[in-house]
Amino acid sequence: MVELMATRDAYGKTLVKLGKENQEIVVLDADCSSSTRTSMFREAFPDRFFNFGVAEANMIGFATGLATCGKIVFASTFAVFGSCRVFDQVRTSIAWPKLNVKIVVTHAGISVGEDGASHQAIEDIALMRSLANMTVIVPADGIETEKAIIACSKISGPFYIRLGRAKFPIVFSDDYEFKIGKGTILKDGKDATIIAIGLMVFEALQAASDLEKEGISTRVINMSTIKPIDKEIIIQAAQETRAIVTCEEHSIIGGLGSAVAEVLVENCPVPMKRIGAPDKFGFSATPAELLERFGMKSTHIVKAVKEVVSKK
Amino acid sequence: MGIEISNEQIQELEAKAKDVRRWIIKMLAEAGSGHPGGSLSSTDIITALYFKIMNHRPADPKWEDRDRFVLSKGHCCPALYAVLALSGYFPTDELMRLRKLDSFLQGHTDMLSTPGVEISAGSLGQGLSIAGGMALAGKLNHKDYHVYVVLGDGESQEGQVWEAAMACPHYKLDNLCAFLDYNKLQIDGPVAEVMNIAPLVDKFRAFGWHTIEIDGHNMNQIIQATNEAKNTRGKPTMVIAHTIKGKGVSFMEGKVEWHGVAPSKEERDKALEELQ
Ligand SMILES: Cc1ncc(C[n+]2csc(CCOP(=O)(O)OP(=O)(O)O)c2C)c(N)n1
Ligand SMILES: [Mg+2]
Repeated sequence: MVELMATRDAYGKTLVKLGKENQEIVVLDADCSSSTRTSMFREAFPDRFFNFGVAEANMIGFATGLATCGKIVFASTFAVFGSCRVFDQVRTSIAWPKLNVKIVVTHAGISVGEDGASHQAIEDIALMRSLANMTVIVPADGIETEKAIIACSKISGPFYIRLGRAKFPIVFSDDYEFKIGKGTILKDGKDATIIAIGLMVFEALQAASDLEKEGISTRVINMSTIKPIDKEIIIQAAQETRAIVTCEEHSIIGGLGSAVAEVLVENCPVPMKRIGAPDKFGFSATPAELLERFGMKSTHIVKAVKEVVSKK
Repeated sequence: MGIEISNEQIQELEAKAKDVRRWIIKMLAEAGSGHPGGSLSSTDIITALYFKIMNHRPADPKWEDRDRFVLSKGHCCPALYAVLALSGYFPTDELMRLRKLDSFLQGHTDMLSTPGVEISAGSLGQGLSIAGGMALAGKLNHKDYHVYVVLGDGESQEGQVWEAAMACPHYKLDNLCAFLDYNKLQIDGPVAEVMNIAPLVDKFRAFGWHTIEIDGHNMNQIIQATNEAKNTRGKPTMVIAHTIKGKGVSFMEGKVEWHGVAPSKEERDKALEELQ
């Protein structure tokens, strides 16, 4: 059986750990703390937790002011609100002046499920990736989440870290070395490469193992840092495997697929296919049903890999 | 607790404000674009803050214990730039490079470029929240500094201003004193016609602020207001400052057209003559 852990649970636990080590860490939320798991920090350090109620723009403003005075600020809410709702505040007040604010959002992507389209952020990577000075990270599991949260706390500057609601299968072991800006080859292969983020990393691994049985050797790359993107690992994969499929729980417009395509087009164009939300809003259903309907299960990835391989 | 001020010192401050206004006119004429109206209406407040009220060190802009000034309405940065230069943060010659290529005086404030500028702004409605964050950090760090903000009346139509209006009293930020530059005008006309924001005192009082209403061109009243703010415990202070947009230049005063247009060379000379 695969072990499951919600990335937001890992986030809450890691915040408490960091809070013990560093007095300068403060955590802000906008009435979602029980869902984002910042509630764990609130319970441990009530004097360094601040709720702003349902007022995300103001939360980002307070985050800005606190950061100008040397605080390491984690600000959390759901992904839709922490990106779309506050885009201008993040742009002008945090990204432009390179302030030390970590926007850590949960409930990203369609795996939010039953809450439906209003709560399924599938545009946030595109938005945040377009901001100069912003680093964008999408961890694949709880272990990578912990490492990413610790890593970003040690570097001054704006970060957008995107977590999910659902429990994600664990794909990393404890000794995994996370590096900001570096992709990781989780499985090597020579016929094609799947580049994935978040929950889709597990689906990609599943697809690669199924493809192996059919004699198609597939490399799987976890690209948790979407910005700045690891160009070398993409170019190398294109040169060595000559076919690429990207998988993300995000619109195929503007997210991982676009970021990878930008690198390929300018450096080493090869047949490519993007798997993700196909320029459509989501709807209410279970996460599994949504992944199926959006063509994002491992079976769909298998099909996509065969398609790009046939175009070589 | 409070600042005592003699008549002589008031006259000195008034002279300083006149100097600031002269620089605003000169720099805008040189730049060929920018916002005179709201710069001139907030000049007396910003001058009093930097030359009398605030604890700050022009030679050490990042001094930890400094009082902070947040110009929420970033388009009025000519007033701030002039005050910073006259305070000694940078040479006044630089003012003539406002809005020019490679100048550190950007069209709207950029905290990474300009010594003494505390926030990056230009998108209205955010400064009160940011000042709230600075005030909260002061509490957390057990610092005695005060945070001052100037926001616009048109700007106060932004929803975020009212989110911050709720949050600052909630966190009992009595180290925060805001000035609302109530010049009654915005881009499209009188604030009361575009989208009425009155009654302001009642609104902020209802949100939990200590409120003071003053003539925003009267140095003594500006200083007394900050004294009162310092003596107010448990809540932030909102100073509703009645002002005249374009104050000090007769042909700009109360004229909506002078919101965002720079004076020509002739208009500059005429304005400077009035500001002798
Ligand atoms: C969010 C946002 N919307 C619109 C503008 C464009 N804008 C610049 S100044 C201004 C009017 C501001 O009026 P007020 O706050 O009264 O400023 P003042 O009269 O002091 O110049 C507007 C709408 C902006 N800078 N930011
Ligand atoms: Mg106005």
